[in-house]
Amino acid sequence: MSLSIIKPGLLDTIQDMGRYGYSSWGINPGGVMDGYAARVANMLVGNDPGEAVMEIHFPGAHLLFEQNALISITGADFTPTLNEDEPVSTWRPIVVRRNTLLHFPKWQSGSRCYLAVHGGFCVPRWLNSYSTNLKAGAGGFHGRKLEKGDELPFKENSIYFAGLLKEAREYQPLNWRVDTGHTYQLPHEILFTIGNEWTQLTHSSQRDMLENNFIIHPFSDRMGYQLRGAPLKRQHTTELVSTGVSFGTIQLLPDGQLILLMADHQTTGGYPRIGHVISSQLPKLAQLRPSDSIQFNMVDMPTAEELLFSQEHELNIIQRACYDHLNQLVC
Amino acid sequence: MGDGAVTIDLGNQLSESLNGKVLAMYQWLQQHPFKGQKDIITAYSSLTILYDPYFIKMHHQPANTVFEWVQERINTAYHQSGPGISGTPVKHRIPVHYGGENGADLAALAMEKQLTPGEVISIHTGKLYRVYMIGFLPGFSYMAEVDERIALPRKEKPVPVVAGSVGIAGSQTGIYPFNSPGGWNIIGRTAVPMFNAQAQNPVLLKAGDEVEFYDVNG
Repeated sequence: MSLSIIKPGLLDTIQDMGRYGYSSWGINPGGVMDGYAARVANMLVGNDPGEAVMEIHFPGAHLLFEQNALISITGADFTPTLNEDEPVSTWRPIVVRRNTLLHFPKWQSGSRCYLAVHGGFCVPRWLNSYSTNLKAGAGGFHGRKLEKGDELPFKENSIYFAGLLKEAREYQPLNWRVDTGHTYQLPHEILFTIGNEWTQLTHSSQRDMLENNFIIHPFSDRMGYQLRGAPLKRQHTTELVSTGVSFGTIQLLPDGQLILLMADHQTTGGYPRIGHVISSQLPKLAQLRPSDSIQFNMVDMPTAEELLFSQEHELNIIQRACYDHLNQLVC
Repeated sequence: MGDGAVTIDLGNQLSESLNGKVLAMYQWLQQHPFKGQKDIITAYSSLTILYDPYFIKMHHQPANTVFEWVQERINTAYHQSGPGISGTPVKHRIPVHYGGENGADLAALAMEKQLTPGEVISIHTGKLYRVYMIGFLPGFSYMAEVDERIALPRKEKPVPVVAGSVGIAGSQTGIYPFNSPGGWNIIGRTAVPMFNAQAQNPVLLKAGDEVEFYDVNG
């Protein structure tokens, strides 16, 4: 066995980029909250960007590597620490010797981090994906969060990389790291496009949406962020039949508060869709926490798409650079 | 719907013909998928396509936004598909244990509608329902239309509901696939599983299917 859970964290699950193709059966896509961090974690260790990763919340698990591994940790900074007291950097590949412990003693920033291992975790695919569907109790590691004693095999050995470990050293960071550029800048300013029911808002509520701050309520999780702010109103309160919703959809609840749907959102909903957070902003949004504030800014579709294409282009460059670095080491 | 999904809304209503058209479009899109199409959500009277904008940009090189390109595909699906899905609907007969601890809200619903529980059961089992959509949970069916004599709005506050529970919310009836908080009025329970992760076909009911309930004790 390759990795074992010595002490479980608050919510550690195996995820990938989501389970698509089954929404009309009510099987929600799920997947990682921060797709940028998860893909970069995989790239840093030479994996396919869609490979299974461990998504870790704070407090995080205590993990024991039972074999040598090439790993990376991206996303939030929970002070990843090897053995007693050796902190390691995030956004960088690290070779780790067997019998090394990884834990996360101190929260510094962000909301969820990602652990990738070279070759990926060996869990069965369910309906084409490694993501954990907690509601259905299927996918990922037995359809549930990781518990004490769980053992996760790796699909491959990191034998090539083990040669990089120096004698008497438990780990070796490799000498490159990823600069996340614009992705997480201006964390409290969230860009959105208008939703189908935007025009049903009163004019003053539309202004409030754009001018006010909204605070993320403690009852916020992978399914959605409950927001608190001045109540918004529709001109008419007609009931809506259920329609499809997606990750980033902003719904208006009957009490005038907003709910922002996140990775584990249900496939359909009956509340008015005021807006949709644009895809390139979702990684940043995924790293916000309860009591963080959000200020919404509206953009049009061409702008939303341009921002996404820039981000994807940047990820392509990161991927090529990571693979080039790793190939040079192996040869 | 943001830069990764487009919805076509045929009208905010519960209508068999609109739903038929939605399912016809779904069938057409499944038979003629475009590269970059990720998933489709069908609801009462709307259809949503989830897509990969960057892939479509690189692969199909649309003249304007990817969003508009996908809208065109939806329009094509609208015009190329018929009014409903082809083939005969799949019919299910679902055995239900009505009332008692299996249907905690049956007595209250009966009283509210000035009927006996037996009359409620008789009315509920006396109709063939159409499955309009699956949503909210894996395998959660939205079926309609419940006879107005037993139609009752959902409860104000959800309570814990056990898997297999059969409920009524307005003119909809449905079955909870898992233990879950629920606001529907629970009148009975079925032992037939609505969801099985291990099965080749994990979800029993699909949009467009027809369902008839029968009283196990009847």
